[in-house]
Amino acid sequence: MHRGKGMKFVGDSRIKANKERNVPKDYSEYPGRTEAFWPNFLLREWLTGSVFLIGFLILVAAHPSPLEQQADPTNAGYIPLPDWYFLFIYQLLKYQFAGGEYIVIGAIVIPGLAFTALLLAPFLDRAPGRNVNKRPIAVGLMLIGVATTIWLTYESVSGVDYQARGEKYAVDVEAQESEVEIDTEAAGYAAYEANCMQCHGEQLQGSGNNPSLLETEKSVEEIKDIAVNGIGSMPADMFSGSDEERQQLAEFIKETAKANSGGGSGE
Amino acid sequence: MLQKLYDWVDERVDVNPIWRDIADHEVPEHVNPAYHFSAFVYCFGGLTFFVTVIQILSGMFLTMYYVPDIENAWNSVYYLQMEVAHGQIVRGMHHWGASVVTVMLFLHTLRVFFQGAYKKPRELNWIVGVLLFFVILGLGFTGYLLPWDNKAYFATQVGLEIAAATPVIGDMLRTLLAGDQSIVGAQTLTRFFAIHVFFLPAVLFGLLGAHFILIRRQGISGPL
Repeated sequence: MHRGKGMKFVGDSRIKANKERNVPKDYSEYPGRTEAFWPNFLLREWLTGSVFLIGFLILVAAHPSPLEQQADPTNAGYIPLPDWYFLFIYQLLKYQFAGGEYIVIGAIVIPGLAFTALLLAPFLDRAPGRNVNKRPIAVGLMLIGVATTIWLTYESVSGVDYQARGEKYAVDVEAQESEVEIDTEAAGYAAYEANCMQCHGEQLQGSGNNPSLLETEKSVEEIKDIAVNGIGSMPADMFSGSDEERQQLAEFIKETAKANSGGGSGE
Repeated sequence: MLQKLYDWVDERVDVNPIWRDIADHEVPEHVNPAYHFSAFVYCFGGLTFFVTVIQILSGMFLTMYYVPDIENAWNSVYYLQMEVAHGQIVRGMHHWGASVVTVMLFLHTLRVFFQGAYKKPRELNWIVGVLLFFVILGLGFTGYLLPWDNKAYFATQVGLEIAAATPVIGDMLRTLLAGDQSIVGAQTLTRFFAIHVFFLPAVLFGLLGAHFILIRRQGISGPL
């Protein structure tokens, strides 16, 4: 390195006027077949990256990212499921002594200990060697941790039917796209608003377990009956009001469903 | 022409030392998959960074359409997914990237752990790496809420209950994240958006910088 007298700078800056060439250092003295990162290895890295990117884009193109129905805090029947990399903690909290009253243990103590141990691994694992055989405790604990995480993740989803969830919670694109005409002036609309809207939605579109009323093929009489006696998981006595209002309500639902069905009754 | 432009810049900023710091380093034989195929395990860290860059770029484009507000969040995502040209691809990259980055990060962590590469003198870099792990999981957690669909909403409720279980500061932590002691709503969404888009990425960039500076100074760990 050039030092002291004779050094020239650009203007009054500290930048040297006589330039070195951008040639990689000579790595031939290094052990083995060491090579320079620039440019040979970088080129290989780019090729690997490109292949990886192609695979990634195939995944993206083949599986559009899911979007479920818009969040509805009143949807009591929804079974939550976190993203897959949090499933292990979600499953842990289901166990008696890691959830409920003992949630501190499952939510804070166990993960806290595990992650603190991970963070401080260099100071806990004092064995001199790097080889796996020379530090059985550290490696053993890690294997147990990984196995537990994988097992908990498996346990949490082994009973989940993703396809059924997908069908049940997916956005009904057709209903979303077609402009549903709701006649808010209709005689039965007030009764609908008061008795049914909370579960079946502003557009009669339903949500979660609550079916859309737009596709109903039931008769006015059947709808009147369901409003009082319930059906399936719908409890009885959801409707409160006079018989006349009930008649108007059933007619309103029937008319709206007809007007919005593909076949349509025309105007 | 290009050479002249380069010389002009070089005369003023002195490119050579910068270039040496960033790119002029050796690649030892034992990490080079061209010589030993099993050395592909050394690619996991680089791939984690690669997917992180995908996340940053796709996320920047997503914010051009996304509206962090309970009335419009879901609708803006739906619009992006169904109407915007290539919106489905950009959102798909961000969605799948979140999973792929977690997988790569997991593999990278296991590689470093089982090779004992965190031992002296690399303890600090291991700690920075584990902190990066937490930040990326935090990005996953906060990002999950943003589409404001049922899945997002109810999973976030569970997540906030876990945060609230922390002794002493649990309720404060929950209020800090959700904006309210019990409601998951408009405040929660804007806070998660701010955390996901400003706070955590800022921490992420700082830690990534430290991670790379340390590896450049210490070099990659030797063969076992």
